Amino acid sequence: MEKLTNRSAPVNRDPMTFGEKIYLPAIAKGLSITIGHIFKKKATVSYPEEKRPFSPVFRGLHVLNRDEEGRERCTACGLCALACPAEAITMEAAERKPGEENLYREEKYAAKYEINMLRCIFCGYCEEACPKDAVYLSETIMPTNYTRDSFIYKKEDLLIPHPKMQQETK
Amino acid sequence: MSEQPKFKVTIDNITVEVPAGTTILNAARMIGGEVTPPAMCYYSKLEGSGGKCRTCLVEVSKGSEKDPRPMPKLVASCRTTVMDGMEVKNITSEKVLDARKGVVEMLLINHPLDCPVCDQAGECHLQDLSYEHGASGTRYEFDRRTFEKEDIGDYISLHMTRCILCYRCVFTAEQLTQRREHGILERGDHAEISTLLGKSLDNEFIGNVIDVCPVGALTDKTFRFKNRVWFTKPVDAHCSCTKCSGKVRLWMRGDEVFRVTARKDKWGEVEEFICNDCRFHRKSVSDWTIEGPSKIDRHSVISQGHYVGTKKQPVYIDKVIGKDPKLLMDIHKVSDVNRPEIELSKIDGPAHSDDFKKDR
Repeated sequence: MEKLTNRSAPVNRDPMTFGEKIYLPAIAKGLSITIGHIFKKKATVSYPEEKRPFSPVFRGLHVLNRDEEGRERCTACGLCALACPAEAITMEAAERKPGEENLYREEKYAAKYEINMLRCIFCGYCEEACPKDAVYLSETIMPTNYTRDSFIYKKEDLLIPHPKMQQETK
Repeated sequence: MSEQPKFKVTIDNITVEVPAGTTILNAARMIGGEVTPPAMCYYSKLEGSGGKCRTCLVEVSKGSEKDPRPMPKLVASCRTTVMDGMEVKNITSEKVLDARKGVVEMLLINHPLDCPVCDQAGECHLQDLSYEHGASGTRYEFDRRTFEKEDIGDYISLHMTRCILCYRCVFTAEQLTQRREHGILERGDHAEISTLLGKSLDNEFIGNVIDVCPVGALTDKTFRFKNRVWFTKPVDAHCSCTKCSGKVRLWMRGDEVFRVTARKDKWGEVEEFICNDCRFHRKSVSDWTIEGPSKIDRHSVISQGHYVGTKKQPVYIDKVIGKDPKLLMDIHKVSDVNRPEIELSKIDGPAHSDDFKKDR
């Protein structure tokens, strides 16, 4: 058969010599590689105590932003849901009533906002599409869980804490 | 009328023969495609409309066969009639494109650009116009014109800040309804659409001002904030209505009818005006005979997610394993959105916080 490349080497099928038959040199060679690795830099970190630095473009869990006065920025314009290639975002809008001006920045707001993290591929298109700087992908890694319904993130899960009313819990 | 003389007019090097008395805009519409100037205020179904927005400006490089001098200034094509042998430049003229850019900037001077909030977004002519012909920035440094919000009834919401004063709604009310109850108050920079003394609009056909409005100044209150236009699916439907033709377009999501509008042609103009009953009160599928999905230009955002001609793939897993597969999660049990007990399309006005407070 014609060779496709010149890189293949013929297999040496000669009978083994005495030095090869006792295997000891080969074992010593293998062990030296193993022991050599002990002195090399470790490839792993001990995770919860030690964390790797994020790349500046890392895209983690979503947050919904508030403005300086703690009002929700999202107006439920639907552009994030439109941009989402995985169709993970759904929302329902409502009109702001008189007296709710301290809660929502615009006259229309997202009464329900939901991201299905099982569908989300963390592409960041929602963040790019948002005209109100409301949705951001943070540097938090998506937490794991045993149940599927805990991956449906509601608006309350996504909103950042209120700067004045809620104390940030750590 | 067939005895009328025919005039030859050349628009962007395309010659077309039109009856005398046709405007340049209508002659260009006969050719169709890109040579048609955009129009914000002209409406072929409304008498006297046009000549206000200046977006349809074209250059007449040759007046006529007898008088071949070019017209000294750009002319509004919706108000200028053709002459025999006239040569018009629209997209082939630098001057026109530059002027149109200026007109868009002018129209946007007082426009609030609240497209994320506005219900017209996605089918707004001003959005299309500024996307295609406008500059991305503005040079205007002063405060935008604002108005106190006016309530003009239960069915129509008026946002005067978004208005470009095209007068289309005034002509509609004048020519379609028994009595016109709104108009332009004040003059010049202060001009505003208003009903005198806070009257509400409740004529039989007054809902058509919503369809006629090129921007989001007049929007449907029964659809207000319920959904975005591009998440609803347009479906042509008809019903036997005693007042109007009953030919409408339903904007549906699943089995819910979110909005009823008149059918629009390719110029964004209403084909047949519909009555208020059809528009505001028939909000369930049982009221309508559905004809099929409406044709939407594939460049429109409304056509997103509408897959035409797809077939549902057959499922064999239940036959192979001999039972229905176990769902690991039913999204409707977990999700707060689209809850069956909250039917947004059935709420009269926009939803408020207490509409969502029902416990599940």
